[in-house]
Amino acid sequence: MKNIHKSPWLLHYDGSSCNGCDIEVLACTTPVYDVERFGVVNTGNPMHADIFLITGGINSQNEEVVRQIYEQMPNPKVVVAVGTCACTGGIFKECYNIKGGVDTVIPVDIYVPGCAARPESIIDGVVKAVGLFREKHLKEKEGEKA
Amino acid sequence: MPKRSIVPFGPQHPVLPEPIHLDLVLEDEKVIEAIPSIGYVHRGLESLVTKKDFNEMVYVTERICGICSFMHGMGYSMAVEKIMNVEVPRRAEYLRTIWAEMSRIHSHLLWLGLLADAFGFESLFMQSWRLREKILDMFEISTGGRVIFSVNKIGGVLKDMPADMLNQFVSILNDMEKDLRATTKVFLEDYTVKSRLVGVGILTKEDAIRRGAVGPMMRASGIEVDMRKTGYAAYNDIDFELITSKECDSYGRCCVRIDEIFQSIEIIRQAVKKIPDTELSATVKGFPNGEAFVRLEQPRGEAFYYVRANGSKFLDRMRVRTPTFANLPALTQTLQGCQFADVPLLILTIDPCISCTER
Repeated sequence: MKNIHKSPWLLHYDGSSCNGCDIEVLACTTPVYDVERFGVVNTGNPMHADIFLITGGINSQNEEVVRQIYEQMPNPKVVVAVGTCACTGGIFKECYNIKGGVDTVIPVDIYVPGCAARPESIIDGVVKAVGLFREKHLKEKEGEKA
Repeated sequence: MPKRSIVPFGPQHPVLPEPIHLDLVLEDEKVIEAIPSIGYVHRGLESLVTKKDFNEMVYVTERICGICSFMHGMGYSMAVEKIMNVEVPRRAEYLRTIWAEMSRIHSHLLWLGLLADAFGFESLFMQSWRLREKILDMFEISTGGRVIFSVNKIGGVLKDMPADMLNQFVSILNDMEKDLRATTKVFLEDYTVKSRLVGVGILTKEDAIRRGAVGPMMRASGIEVDMRKTGYAAYNDIDFELITSKECDSYGRCCVRIDEIFQSIEIIRQAVKKIPDTELSATVKGFPNGEAFVRLEQPRGEAFYYVRANGSKFLDRMRVRTPTFANLPALTQTLQGCQFADVPLLILTIDPCISCTER
């Protein structure tokens, strides 16, 4: 487990996004953008994941799902909110079923703006998340030693 | 009697890009019944008509769904134009047709990729998405956006595509056609792909009608329905045949969508040849008053727009019936009696768009 920070695993969940950011996240894993070259790999299981990419705002139905996924992920973990909706609620902020951005439910580390967020900015967010994950991981290890 | 068990499927599941929940009633490996429950993406954006004025709503409707976003904006604009009796200039109609067909190609390629992913053919998934990037590049050149590009407005379009850009797009599409033939050949002829698709998820002609399926789902069951034939936008000037299949199974749906990609390329070619040189948008004065229905063909099938206006800048009501919503009853039909391992594939064959369904 010594080198776990070198290759974090990535989990993507679609909150209540319009699909725009959603397919851009998926496009990031395909050959043209290929985010996996930074050492991350896409997974579908929250218990395997270290970085949580979430698109879209929080509504009354998915609030529990998001919280549950976050709790299932092992420590340390990094949350990336992709797209304006995930950051603040965006264009849907005034809708009756939208509570706001992802940070209303779980702590968010990195915000990626854009409607829809461009693959370049998503990659930027993921690279920052990889760095932050490494930091968190090293901190945790130092805590164990002391 | 075999033991029955209920397996929850979703909302967070590796094969689903979007959240939907199904309760699957199983008898050993066989699915007896599938009970969908939705609401994970519900935002309530139809109610925004009372908070945003009718011009701003174009941008909201575009965000009903990021895959067919252009066509949502187009459907809404067409409905308001119908209420206000605006005559949209022909060039704008043609540009809308070209962007709409490009959206169809990109949506079908996206679906082919996800389908390949659902039966575990990852390289085919990557190939389909690689081809799709070329279409997105064309969107970016012509509008500035990749998935959501806000070029519709009430009365026309905001951006023009000059003749040399259009010709360049046609030559890109001509080059793409060869790659597309090679990639789609795998879907149509490879025996591993065929073994997963042929005879799986049968929806007979009668069931398709009874369950009210739309779009490629309906056409793959041998029924000729296509809203483009009603001649909205520039489709009345364009010569095309309906694509149907008699297979009634997942393979048939795959064939229909693949043929539609090539058909869309042909429609774009015709539109580029015929595009007239007129204004881009008509002047729109005053506020809408009255109500209108609009039906248009999205990549997933028929979408239905209803708008009621009261003479002020805010609309009274907007309602969208999206294709995936209409296809859900057909999905529950095809899931009955299938193998548990085929469930992800069958969910994908309706080309689900949950954010459209729940809005």
